[in-house]
Amino acid sequence: MRDVAVVGVGMTKFGEIWEKSFRDLYVEAALAAIDDAGVDRLDSMHIGCMTSGLFVGQEHVGSLMADYLGQKNLAASRVESACASGGLAFRQAFIEVASGMSDIVMAGGVEKMTDIGSDGATYALAAAADQEYEVFHGATFPGLYALMAVAHMEKYGTTREMLSAVSVKNHHNGAMNPFAQYPFEVTKEQVESSVMVASPLRILDCSPITDGGAAVILTTVDIAKKLGKPIIKVIGSGHATDMIALHSRDDITTIKATMVAAEQAFKMAGKTIKDIDFAEVHDCFTIAEIIVMESLGLYEPGKAGEAVLKGETGLEGSFPINTSGGLKSKGHPVGATGVAQMVEVVKQLRGEAENGRQLKNNPKTALTQNMGGSGGSTLVHILEVA
Amino acid sequence: MFPSRIWRDSKHRYRLEAGKCTKCGKIVFPYRLICPECGHREFEKVILPDTGKLMTYSVIRVAPSQFTDQAPYAVGIAELENGVKLLAQITDCDVEKIKVGMEIRIEFRRIQTDSHQGVLSYGYKFVPKWY
Ligand SMILES: [Zn+2]
Repeated sequence: MRDVAVVGVGMTKFGEIWEKSFRDLYVEAALAAIDDAGVDRLDSMHIGCMTSGLFVGQEHVGSLMADYLGQKNLAASRVESACASGGLAFRQAFIEVASGMSDIVMAGGVEKMTDIGSDGATYALAAAADQEYEVFHGATFPGLYALMAVAHMEKYGTTREMLSAVSVKNHHNGAMNPFAQYPFEVTKEQVESSVMVASPLRILDCSPITDGGAAVILTTVDIAKKLGKPIIKVIGSGHATDMIALHSRDDITTIKATMVAAEQAFKMAGKTIKDIDFAEVHDCFTIAEIIVMESLGLYEPGKAGEAVLKGETGLEGSFPINTSGGLKSKGHPVGATGVAQMVEVVKQLRGEAENGRQLKNNPKTALTQNMGGSGGSTLVHILEVA
Repeated sequence: MFPSRIWRDSKHRYRLEAGKCTKCGKIVFPYRLICPECGHREFEKVILPDTGKLMTYSVIRVAPSQFTDQAPYAVGIAELENGVKLLAQITDCDVEKIKVGMEIRIEFRRIQTDSHQGVLSYGYKFVPKWY
């Protein structure tokens, strides 16, 4: 395998972007990544997109985006793993460069979620669950994570206060991110009096419905050196699935796919969680961040909520999580999310994070965790400053 | 949507038919072609028990388009007496009184009207045993 580096990153502002279309969002992010990398060509492109068919009636995303990006005849494809589609696009690009098949590959992600109403969006997102044995019975995405939350609370005594602390922390970070959908602080009281979506999860426990695009460019370390960009190496990659239906899993208070993907990524990188300085994780709901912290091995099962309360995962904490604001504050355009996580960790590793959210002490090693559905798939990546 | 999609699953949804692996005894619901535990490909038909215990639940207030007329409603995961776990709505009770660990029985009910599937659809729901 060849050594692979991320040399360019770009993303759109996340939010309800009424003036920009599905294709505009992708192309804007892609051009920003190309300009940042300073490359004059692409050899191929992988686009993470969960369900453009349901959101905007558009499939054949590879052809559309290569066309509008002005890349005639480019090898371009869309990959899908629900909300982990972006992470999967990154892994495909990594594999392609590492294998020697291509030298300069774009991994992008995009979702245009606000061209339909919110019940339509709820329906589209639910397509990531088991359509016949979960969605058929009225389960929604917040509903499935609520089932995990209740089980986690029953088993470990996880509290309402711990869930709120995740939201408060992520909004605090997102308030410093000019690309975030909701760049403002929220208080514990606001979280706990916000509208109930699926008990015990309230609207301020949930990531929003978002339009947005993100893109990164991967190449060999040799080419990266010639481009003169800081070398951010991809040193670990893991990918795993699990039973699609929550009720088919043995234990719904952990995410097995995350445990397995993390194990693979750590093994490839020759590292453990103790060697990682900070992470972007998939906080689609506040309970998800807590469960993922445990599934990554950062905390013992049942101990993560307490750590969030103590501020251990804040910007100044021992292990900062979601410096970007996470899905909660930055927004969650599902197909773009896994790539937007890469944008944040690369900025942090280069020392370029905006508005005072840059981590002190020159972080060297970062982890990203991006998952699909209720944990039916996970991608984990480890990046390091060379 | 053609009715065949509803009809195809009716043996599971109407009659709770499951498959029991003839090698390792794993019970799969719905049917599968291969056992996820041992890789065996033969199953015998078994009927799921209609009682169990609620493991977790949530009251859904923001519903997808085909369920908006039913909100708020409760969904939960129950473990049946033979260890099989199912997700279904919890009905015939005040949602505020639902508790983890409560005993439920399975009843045959209407699930969706005027659904994306275009026809009335039926299946199983959980009812608290104390009703
Ligand atoms: Zn078996």
